[in-house]
Amino acid sequence: MPTKNNFLDSRQTKEKRSPVSITPSMVEKGTSLLKKMEISVAEAEKRTGKNAVNMQETYTVYLIETRPVDAASEGTNPVLDSLWKRYSEFELLRNYLLVTYPFAVVPPLPEKRAEFVWHKLSADNMDPDFVERRRVGLENFLLRVASHPVLSSDKIFYLFLTEENGWKETVFETGFQAKADSRLKALNATFRVKNPDKRFAEMKHYGDELQSVISQLLRVRARAADRLYGVYKVHGNYGRVFSEWSAIEKEMGDGLQSAGHHMDAYAASVDDILEEEEHYADQLKEYLFYADALRTVCRKHELTQYELEMAVQDLTSKKQQREELATGTIRTFSLKGMTSKLFGQETPEQREAKLKMLETQIEEGEEQVKERNAECDEFVKSAWVDIERFKEQKDHDLRESLISYAIMQISMCKKGIQVWNNAKECFNKM
Amino acid sequence: MSAGAPRSLASSGQKSIQDICHPLSAEESALNPGSAADTGLILPNGTPVDTSSPASSSSLLNRLQLDDDLDGETRDLFVTVEDPKKHVSTMETYITYRVCTKTTRTEFDLPEYSVRRRYQDFDWLRNKLEESQPTHLIPPLPEKFVMKGVVDRFSEEFVETRRKALDKFLKRVADHPVLSFNEHFNAFLSAKDLNKRQGLALLTKMGESVKYVTGGYKLRARPAEFAAMGDYLDLFTQKMGTIDRIAQRIIKEQSEFLMELREYGPVYSSWSSFEEDLHDPLEGVSGCVSNCSSALEELTEDMSEDFLPVLREYVLYIESMKVPSDVEKCQDRVECFNADLKADWDRWENNKRQDFRQLLTGMANKNIQHYEKCLAAWESLVPLLQDKQEAEGETS
Repeated sequence: MPTKNNFLDSRQTKEKRSPVSITPSMVEKGTSLLKKMEISVAEAEKRTGKNAVNMQETYTVYLIETRPVDAASEGTNPVLDSLWKRYSEFELLRNYLLVTYPFAVVPPLPEKRAEFVWHKLSADNMDPDFVERRRVGLENFLLRVASHPVLSSDKIFYLFLTEENGWKETVFETGFQAKADSRLKALNATFRVKNPDKRFAEMKHYGDELQSVISQLLRVRARAADRLYGVYKVHGNYGRVFSEWSAIEKEMGDGLQSAGHHMDAYAASVDDILEEEEHYADQLKEYLFYADALRTVCRKHELTQYELEMAVQDLTSKKQQREELATGTIRTFSLKGMTSKLFGQETPEQREAKLKMLETQIEEGEEQVKERNAECDEFVKSAWVDIERFKEQKDHDLRESLISYAIMQISMCKKGIQVWNNAKECFNKM
Repeated sequence: MSAGAPRSLASSGQKSIQDICHPLSAEESALNPGSAADTGLILPNGTPVDTSSPASSSSLLNRLQLDDDLDGETRDLFVTVEDPKKHVSTMETYITYRVCTKTTRTEFDLPEYSVRRRYQDFDWLRNKLEESQPTHLIPPLPEKFVMKGVVDRFSEEFVETRRKALDKFLKRVADHPVLSFNEHFNAFLSAKDLNKRQGLALLTKMGESVKYVTGGYKLRARPAEFAAMGDYLDLFTQKMGTIDRIAQRIIKEQSEFLMELREYGPVYSSWSSFEEDLHDPLEGVSGCVSNCSSALEELTEDMSEDFLPVLREYVLYIESMKVPSDVEKCQDRVECFNADLKADWDRWENNKRQDFRQLLTGMANKNIQHYEKCLAAWESLVPLLQDKQEAEGETS
C-alpha cells in the first residue's frame, strides 16, 4: 500500500484514499523525484473569480502539497510547499507532456465530467463527492507522473509542483503549443502506412479492445449498482411494517419490532457498499483512459512511420525525376513532363538548372530520410520500453484492483449474514 | 430449484375412458403391490417413512409423533397429501393427490387409508365442514380458480405449491378436536368412492343445512369482547397485504439485479480473452459473479414458492372467517357459538405465532444461505489471485 501521505493524518478531516498502490519497488526503480519528495493533493476549495471574458465563475482549486522525503524519517515538522491549482492547469501540464514525450504512455487525468453514473450519484461537477473523487484522481495522476522513469525528471513538471504563479507562462514559453497544433492536425488526418509495424498495430488493437471492454464493464456495473440499491432499500419497508404490525401483537410484538430495526440497518448499509464500489470503478476508469493514451502512442508511431515513408517516397520520386531528366526518358507520368512535351523541349541550360536543383533537393531529401529514420528508430525504442513498463504496471494494478474488489464483496456478504442472523434471532423470539 | 420453464408432470397418457382406473376405486392399491411396503409416506419433517416391515399401527404412530405437539395431546390421527398425478381423459385433464391416513381412532374402520382425491373433493369437504360446523373456524383452501393462460395449472411448481397447501389444510382439520371427528372428514379420508357419498350426504343433510350469505367476520356479530378480535383481524390483514407487496417488490428488484449480473459476469470473461497475465484473475471474477447469480436466482425462487404462498394463505384464512347472518336467530346457537369460537381463536392465535415464526425464520435462513454461497465463492478466489501476485512479485 502507498507509503506516502502519513504527514497528512493530523490534518485530515476525511479519509483520504488513493486508488493507486505505488509500491516501494516503483519508487526504487529510478524515479529520483519520488525519492526526494512526497507529493499529495490535500484539499479542494471553491473559488469565484472573473474569467477570460470577464464573467463571474465558480471553480474548484486543488491544494498540491510537497514535502522532502528525509524530513519524514527524522520526525520533525517538515517544510511544506503548497500551492493551489485548477483542473485546467493539470490539463495544460498533461498536454505539454503529451507533446514533449510522444513515445510515452502519459498517465491520464480523472474524468472531466462524471460518466457511467448510477442514479444516486450526482453527475454535477460541483457535487462534493465528485470533487473528492477528483481530488484523489489528481493526486493519483501526479504520483504516476512522479514515478515515471522519463516524465518524472521533466523541469516543467517540477515547476508545476513548486511554482504557483507564473507557471502557465513558463509552459507557454516552451512553444509546445505550436508543436501541439501541428501534431494534432496531423494525427487527426487520415493516412495510411504502407508497412505497418506489427507490434504497434497489435498494441493499438489491444488498446481498442481494452477501452471497449472497460466501457462496457463500467456501464453494466452502474446499472447493477442501481438495482442493488433498490433491493436493499425496499427491505427498509419491512422495518416499517414490522414496527406497525408489532403494535397490534402481544407476544410476537417485541421480536417483530427488533427485527424491524435490523431490516432498517440492512437497508442503510447499501450506501457504504456502493461508495466503496465507486472506488473500484475509478480504478477501472483510470485504465479506460490509459487505454486511450496507449492508442495515442501507437497513432503517433504511425505518424512517424508515415512521415518517414513520405520522405522516402519524395526522395525516390526526386531521384526518378533526375534520372528521367538525365536520360531524357519519361518513365513515370508527371505533369511537368507533360507540359514540357506540350510546350516544347527545354533548352540545355534549363535542363542543367533543373538538374542542379534536383540534386540539392535530393541531398536535402536524403538528410530528411536519415533524420526521419533516426527519429523513427528512437521513437520505436523509447515507446516500446514505455509500453513494456506500462504492461507490467497495468497487470499489477488491475490484479490488485480485482483483489480489493473480491475483498469488498466478501465484506458485503459478511455484513449481510450478520444482519440476517440478527433478524433471525429476533424472529425466533416471536 | 430448477431454472427455466416449469416442467409438466408425467401424464397418465391418453386412454379410453373404460381403461382409466378410477382414481377413487379400490384397484388403486392393487395396482401398486408394493404400496403397503413403500407408501412413499413422508414424515412431517420431510424424511421418507420406511414401512417395509409389517408394523402395528401404534408403533408406527409412535414413530410419526410430531415434535411440536402444541397442546401436549397425543395424536391419533395423521394425514398427508402427496404424490400428485395428472389424469387425462377425453372429457378433462386434472390432477389427483394421494391422501394417506394413519389412525387408531375407533371412528375409522381401518387403521390405514390411501385414497386419491382431486381439488373438487377438498372443496366439497370444506363446504361440508362449514355447513355442519358453523360455529367453528374452518381452515382455508388454496385458491380455487386460476387464470388459464396466465398460470400453468400443470406445472410442477404450481402443483407442488397446491399440494403443500392442501396438506396443510387436512393437517389443520386433523388437529382440530372437533372438526377431525366430523363424519364428512371421515368419509373424505376413507371412502373409496367419494362421489357416491357426496350424493348421499347431500340428501341427509338437506334439512339441517344453513344458508350462507357473505357477511362480516364471525366475530363482528359477537359481543364486545370479540369486537377487538375483529379489529385485530382487519389490521392484521392489512399488514399481511403490505408484507406481500414488499416481498413481491423485493423479488422484482432482485430479478432485475440478477439480469444485470448475468450480463456483468461475462464481460470479465470476454476481457480475459485478450489478456495474458490477467486472464486467470478475470476468469476467476467472472466465475464468482456467475456463482452469485445462481445463488440469487435460488433465493428469488424460494421466496416466490415458499414465502408468498404461505403469506397469502393466511389472508385467505381470515377471509374464510365469514358468519352466516341468520345464526343469531337461534339463541342457543349463539351461546355455543361463542364458546367454540373462543377456543378456536386461541388455537388460531397459537398456530399463527408458530407459523409466522417459522415463515420469517425461513426467510432469514434463505437470505443467510444466499450470502454464504456468495461468500464461499469470493473467498475461494482471493488466495488464487494473491498466489499469482506473490509469484509475480518474485519474478519482477
